[in-house]
Amino acid sequence: MGVPRRRMDRMTAPDMAQSAEIDRTNGLLLRVAREHDRQAFVELFHHFAPRLKSFLLKGGADAGMAEEIVQDVMVTVWRRAGSFDPALSAAGTWIFTIARNRRIDRLRQERRPEIDPDDPALVPAPVNAADEGMMIEEQSVRLHRAIRELPAEQAELLKMAYFQDKAHSAIAQESNLPLGTVKSRLRLALARLRKALDPAELGGGA
Amino acid sequence: MMEPLDHFQAAGTAPSHHPTEDLLLAYAAGGLDEAMSLVVATHLALCPRCRAEVTRLEAVGGALIDDLAPAALGVGVLDTVLARLDEPNHDPIPLPVIRRRPVGPAPVLPEPLRSYIGCDIGRIGWSRTIPGLEEADIACGDRRRTRVRMMRIRGGMGMPRHTHHGNELTLVLAGGFADETGHFLRGDLAVTDPSIDHRPIADDDGDCICLAVTDAPLRLTGRFLRLLNPFLRL
Repeated sequence: MGVPRRRMDRMTAPDMAQSAEIDRTNGLLLRVAREHDRQAFVELFHHFAPRLKSFLLKGGADAGMAEEIVQDVMVTVWRRAGSFDPALSAAGTWIFTIARNRRIDRLRQERRPEIDPDDPALVPAPVNAADEGMMIEEQSVRLHRAIRELPAEQAELLKMAYFQDKAHSAIAQESNLPLGTVKSRLRLALARLRKALDPAELGGGA
Repeated sequence: MMEPLDHFQAAGTAPSHHPTEDLLLAYAAGGLDEAMSLVVATHLALCPRCRAEVTRLEAVGGALIDDLAPAALGVGVLDTVLARLDEPNHDPIPLPVIRRRPVGPAPVLPEPLRSYIGCDIGRIGWSRTIPGLEEADIACGDRRRTRVRMMRIRGGMGMPRHTHHGNELTLVLAGGFADETGHFLRGDLAVTDPSIDHRPIADDDGDCICLAVTDAPLRLTGRFLRLLNPFLRL
């Protein structure tokens, strides 16, 4: 209790591959942002566009709609690359949020309410936020590993929660599980992921 | 850069009642409807802790996308995208902010709520519901499923004891109230479901102003239709 385990620090082969991939995609997106580098954009496209299509197909889009959304998302990636900050998120996360919002807009025809980071009414984070210690890249590597190590039943529901444009109650219906079971499995999954991201919480602190 | 909001936010009062984890997850994953998302996002503006949690949950989404098996794209998709990069500078995905009116340096209502209402707290068009309670509806989401409104409860007033047909999310924006489940101040989110029979009483030091979202009675139908929506539209 209370002593953070250090086993996370040794990188396995999949971790190293993941780490290299995160470096590569972050670097490509930064080249797009800084130099409007088309070659870098094409490489980003080859990496993300087929995965985004997969994501959208799982969300209920047909192939045509999925490709339309992929196009919009990739054009937006080009246009907004300047707002990508590798200190705040990995390229994949930044692109996920754009795709998620576009999916809501196109498939559900709803708006996505979000905070405005420049709003004077926004309560700023404390200056020395405790959990800023880990680099985004290390966080990503740990996250990928923790997801790989999730029990299958938890991983399955977590993917449904992210990939399907559905409320947890609808996920419960579809999986023939009580809503309480869905919620508790998701909570267990998130607890594992949080533990992977925040060694300080290993001791069970608030 | 940012000044604390004098009387609405005493020093060091971070919210103490937060959205449940599955609500934050549904928001980050994109599965939450617009009305509930408005409440969560407005809470996020007032709660750095939950903002950090949503950032982590978005990183989970990014990692899950990385691990997806790629789906082959039709021929020509890349060329179409490359051609569009040179189009005049329109963003295919409009930015979210909808209606801005000038506000003072320290608005009480944070974004995104302020844009949904179209003004800050002083210019809301209230209408009286029962003595001591005024309400103003907000256009947000699917009205057949959810009702979104602002509520202003006179200081010291108790609301009639009630239960809910569906779920209710209540976010305090000014003043405070207490019920059997706790004491709620600016930024705090109260979540009630049909099992909770409660009688909220506004604090007596001023009006209590809240954003409230309730599931409409047609909820089950709504959910069922929503399940079919992706198929009906194609």
